[in-house]
Amino acid sequence: MTAMPDPSLEAQQFFAERYGIDSARIASLLSDALAQGGDFAELFFEHRTNGAISLEDQQIKSALRSVEQGVGIRVVKGDSIGYAYTESLDPEAMRLAAATAARIGEGGDLPTAIDTTPVGASESYYGENALLSDEPAAAKVALLERADRAARAYDPSIARVDASIADERKVVLVARSDGQIVGDVQPLMRFNVMALSQRGENRQTARTGGGGRLGVEYFDRVTPEDTAREAARQAILLQDAVDAPAGEVPVVLAAGDSGILLHEAIGHGLEADFNRKGTSNYTDRIGQPVASDLVTVIDDATIEQSRGSINVDDEGNPTKSNTLIEGGILRGYLHDEISARHFGAEPTGSGRRQSFKHPIMPRMTNTLMLPGPSTPDEVIGSVERGIYCVSFSGGQVNISNGDFVFSTTEAYLIEKGQITAPLRTTNLIGNGPEALSRVSMVANDYALSDGRWTCGKEGQSVPVGVGLPTVLVSAMTVGGTQLG
Amino acid sequence: MAEATPLELASRAVELAVARGAEQCDAIAFSHTESTVSIRLGDIEKLIEATSHSLGLRVIAGGRTAVCSTSDFTPAAFEQFVGETVELARISAPDQYAGLPEPDQLATAGGDSLQLYDERIESLPLDERIDMARACEAAALGFDPRITNSEGAGLTTRIGEVALANSRGFAASYPATSISLSTEALADDEDGKKRNAWWFSAERNLRSLMDPETIGRIAAQRAVDQLGARKTDTKRVPVIFEPMMAARLAGDVAGCATGGALYRGATFLAGRTGEAIGSPLVTIVDDPTQPARAGSRPFDGEGVAARRNVLFQDGRFEGFLFDCYTARRMDARTTGSAQRGVSSLPEPGPANLIFEPGDTPAEDIVADTKEGLLVTALMGFGFNPTTGDYSRGVGGFWIENGQIAYPVAEVNISGDAASMLASVDAVGSDLTWFGSSAAPTVRIAEMTVSGV
Repeated sequence: MTAMPDPSLEAQQFFAERYGIDSARIASLLSDALAQGGDFAELFFEHRTNGAISLEDQQIKSALRSVEQGVGIRVVKGDSIGYAYTESLDPEAMRLAAATAARIGEGGDLPTAIDTTPVGASESYYGENALLSDEPAAAKVALLERADRAARAYDPSIARVDASIADERKVVLVARSDGQIVGDVQPLMRFNVMALSQRGENRQTARTGGGGRLGVEYFDRVTPEDTAREAARQAILLQDAVDAPAGEVPVVLAAGDSGILLHEAIGHGLEADFNRKGTSNYTDRIGQPVASDLVTVIDDATIEQSRGSINVDDEGNPTKSNTLIEGGILRGYLHDEISARHFGAEPTGSGRRQSFKHPIMPRMTNTLMLPGPSTPDEVIGSVERGIYCVSFSGGQVNISNGDFVFSTTEAYLIEKGQITAPLRTTNLIGNGPEALSRVSMVANDYALSDGRWTCGKEGQSVPVGVGLPTVLVSAMTVGGTQLG
Repeated sequence: MAEATPLELASRAVELAVARGAEQCDAIAFSHTESTVSIRLGDIEKLIEATSHSLGLRVIAGGRTAVCSTSDFTPAAFEQFVGETVELARISAPDQYAGLPEPDQLATAGGDSLQLYDERIESLPLDERIDMARACEAAALGFDPRITNSEGAGLTTRIGEVALANSRGFAASYPATSISLSTEALADDEDGKKRNAWWFSAERNLRSLMDPETIGRIAAQRAVDQLGARKTDTKRVPVIFEPMMAARLAGDVAGCATGGALYRGATFLAGRTGEAIGSPLVTIVDDPTQPARAGSRPFDGEGVAARRNVLFQDGRFEGFLFDCYTARRMDARTTGSAQRGVSSLPEPGPANLIFEPGDTPAEDIVADTKEGLLVTALMGFGFNPTTGDYSRGVGGFWIENGQIAYPVAEVNISGDAASMLASVDAVGSDLTWFGSSAAPTVRIAEMTVSGV
């Protein structure tokens, strides 16, 4: 470990020095929040700085910066919550917000005095070098220009390149009426490139990028040139792409980015809020088989520098690796405090929110399928006619029944065990539990997607990571146009 | 301390920025109080209330642009924020097309005639809001014994003020309200699979909001209707979009009809203005001047007077939606279509998008379809604006001999936007509004349906 400051103590010091938010102020606000008799109250302080610079067609188009600060106050009574927030961190505004949130508690027992204990961070999973947000703008501009040049140099058909670099620094402090005060300082960065390839009237675009909870050291691993050439390669590939088949075929998911399928198809169904309400297809199924016995799935918030990683969740609980499915058997759900109490389970460190303006929900962090016994070549070689999917632009799931849709960006036909023609953008349509029961081969490779996924749930976005080995799903509906 | 209004804040930001050397600048400011009540199985699940203020400042100096946003309006922090925005503009490249609207393009009328504000929303008591959400969910749960669960019902009200000021002397604001109510009902299928459906109403005023019980009953009906849904065979058939889905289709097309997509080379409509792309049944307009609609506004995100813009007239593509930047870049004039948040540059886009109705009763469109798919749910993001390639997961009903035969799930429809518009062969008379968009039932003569 380097001699970095403890991120929890750093956050506590930040709010104390800048806004006078100390233990006494926190105890007083928590008392206000419980003044009507709620079971539990929590304060979530946040100060977030976002920066972005974008390059469009060889010019720096704009520079953006935003700062947001505030506190979200939650009062829990049974399964009900009262919630209020304010952007003003002056004592009177915060007191008013606490009184608003307190209304839910009406008629309950009044609290005893609140005694709070600040705690430090147990671990930090973030990169510790120079933060991107501290870099001079000129250095960021130089990175964008390198990407622009590399994409254009890759092929004369590249007619346009857009690139952007975005950074975030989020300082959070969670104070709970059961006494705990814990904070975190969360860095996040992302680098994106879009390339347009034009041949005659045929224009094809591709986007790629990556990042995570780290700083400029990201570019030691993946240079701007690497990202730019990848975007150019994908755009050119689409120039010669053919229509995808229509109907049910075997589907091979390549290692890495395809993990988004896992996230959508089953991950959401294992978030405990849906199971608490009985609205998930995994409700009451712990201990039962829900997938092929080749399938083991974990949600792990502790992967170094990954986009989905967090030191503590937004309810102040330490994060960890949680096993969701083991050898096809459902082992557990992802919990926030409310669902953990409902199920009598231990918190899993999965309470997350988009910002202080948003109430907590159980959410995924980095969701991964663990490797299996086959080699990737064996998996692909086993398919007579099917498709091979490398990357996706996004997906959507109906959490109640697991029906899902994903859109491919890079995919190929498989003919007689060989990867052949690239395919135009198409959809995979299916049902999560059904697809997992059809996982017939799992390879011994494994990759984590380079941090680019953002998960949306009930209008709240949070950064996530996904990962997968090469996997064969024996049949899935492909939404192409080529019949037969 | 009396709180400054959004208009005062926006004007102050412009004043300070000009004093610090910003040649051109504008500021947009919002304040709103939002209250949400959510009910589940009759109990209060969440009560959320907050008042929020935010401001976004755009500075253009020597053609160089920066946008910064803040919600800290203490005097020292606000001055520092303005100074940093002016400073930040130095890093971008000079762009000859960046700039504010010309003075003659700026709006002069306020929003009074648009009926954007309803004082009844402001005075709606908490008890009444709880009762409305409860009634909505209860109607869904009681609709049919096969409805076994609920995701709850939510009612959100918003009372706000939008202000815009710029260095060319424009300074205006308008108050606006909104109210929305939704619920989601679940039914259990024979194999244990859950079928869920959601319905909502979103309006500027309380009077127009759909009756809570009706919203609940529609959600429940739609969930029950999906019981027994299955895949179909893979084949090419006519596809009918019910109004809400036709509105989504119009939205995909309108996203390609913007100056932003045009100058980025990312639209299948590039270079096709004046061309008959759609069938003569296709007329799509964007109209922010409609009274009391969710997307209505007196001026756009740059202060340009709102106006009705025709995207497709009888199938002919009439042109793109522009803000000032994309208009100058493409040698056009702004259409008053700038969308604007506090922390991003303006981008042109639709305000109230309307797929104009035809003369055919919707039930006749189904009755006239020998074999086909009626789409009532769309899933996924499979639309490529650059090529127009369209591929979406759908749910709905299979139609045989003009009758609904059985519910359908887990299938996909695919085609491309230009061919889909060209092959629209029936448009219903049943124009229906959904927040800021409206459409009737629309039939496309043939698309690929992928199932088994």
